[in-house]
Amino acid sequence: MTTEISVYERLGGSLALRSVTEVFYRKVLADDLLAPYFDDVDMDRQIAKQASFLTMALGGPNEYTGDDLRSAHAGMADLDDKHFDGVLGHLADTLREFGVSEADVSAVGAVAGSARDDVLNR
Amino acid sequence: MQLTFEGRDYELRPGESVLDAMARHGVGLPSACRVGSCQACMIRSVSGDPGPDARRGLKATWLAAGYFLACLARPSSDLTVAEPGDDAHTPARLISARPIGPGVLRVLVRPDHRLDYQPGQHVTLSRAGGITRIYSIVSLPAESARTGIELHVRVYPAGAMSGWLARARPATPLILGSPAGECFYVPGNSAGPLLLAGTGTGIAPLLAVARAALAHHHRGPVVLIHGAARPDGLYLGRQCPPALTAEAGLSWRTCLLSDGEDIAAAVTAQLAALTCPPGSVRAYLCGGARSVRRMRRALFMAGMSLADIYADQFVPAGS
Repeated sequence: MTTEISVYERLGGSLALRSVTEVFYRKVLADDLLAPYFDDVDMDRQIAKQASFLTMALGGPNEYTGDDLRSAHAGMADLDDKHFDGVLGHLADTLREFGVSEADVSAVGAVAGSARDDVLNR
Repeated sequence: MQLTFEGRDYELRPGESVLDAMARHGVGLPSACRVGSCQACMIRSVSGDPGPDARRGLKATWLAAGYFLACLARPSSDLTVAEPGDDAHTPARLISARPIGPGVLRVLVRPDHRLDYQPGQHVTLSRAGGITRIYSIVSLPAESARTGIELHVRVYPAGAMSGWLARARPATPLILGSPAGECFYVPGNSAGPLLLAGTGTGIAPLLAVARAALAHHHRGPVVLIHGAARPDGLYLGRQCPPALTAEAGLSWRTCLLSDGEDIAAAVTAQLAALTCPPGSVRAYLCGGARSVRRMRRALFMAGMSLADIYADQFVPAGS
């Protein structure tokens, strides 16, 4: 249990999360390396999942489990570290756009990075 | 698990929807989209829990009455269900069904009692023989009360509904379901531009949205874009329909795939031409699933929030 204020709260909680998620998702979709994986996905479902993942990574209230992430990426055998690093890069850029400090950007990146094995099915 | 309906018990398999389970036992409920948007399969729970997803998008008054959607209901315990009451089904009669353009009928239907809906919503139409389809309502509520509910129906020659409607006599009995859909005009932010794009008969609900906006004295520009694969798909013609031409602030555009034009590029070009912050624009997109998905993604990438994009994807009949 920590009494520190999370990045999630400093950004403005659930209200800000929607914009953060949309900016992040837009960067991912604009990336030619990543975009093809999102061609046939339902945008609403996808953005809800990303919001849930970001809430976890930003230290907000969540019931996030890696199982969902693992099963969601299970059919994508060609995903590798460059895809995962690409997504982490877009997340960091998004946070910077919202004025998050470099220390917090690295802290959030570390939490998000812990999902690597689930995403890459290792 | 067990499903009880009209005094009989039916086996319900884990993970199976109530709609599928009943169909497997030979009990056909009205259904059309099977993904929770048309609400044709709405039934009522007498006892038991239909599961968390089964009540998605239903009005509070229906929730209170125990209604849920059979296609989305995957119960984890026994359930007793009943047919919906009369408030979910409105008997109606056909007034007329005449061609409005190539391959499209303008169908007028008179409900036995007033049907409440928002301009841009869709409704299920059922005929004898258990055939149910979803159509968008073109007329505004006041017009529906006066001259009947107007639907634009794409005619498929062997279509179980559209082909039949083309031949049906006036006064033929029909059933209207409960109007549904999120793609309707909400008053407020009347200075913000409205970007309305539809492919095929997807333009029909947008005519209602545009006219509802103008009836609410919407001050911002209203841009309508009608897309089709080929020239005959522009069933309202190249020019703005007469009912809309007199309105200031309204513009009408067409977009033809056969001319090399792309509907997703056309909507983003119109968004850019509005030269205002993407956050002040509301977009309404209707038509085939692929076109709607592409337009939505293009507008999102151009800076619009998904919360400001109202989309309605048409589901192919009989799927």
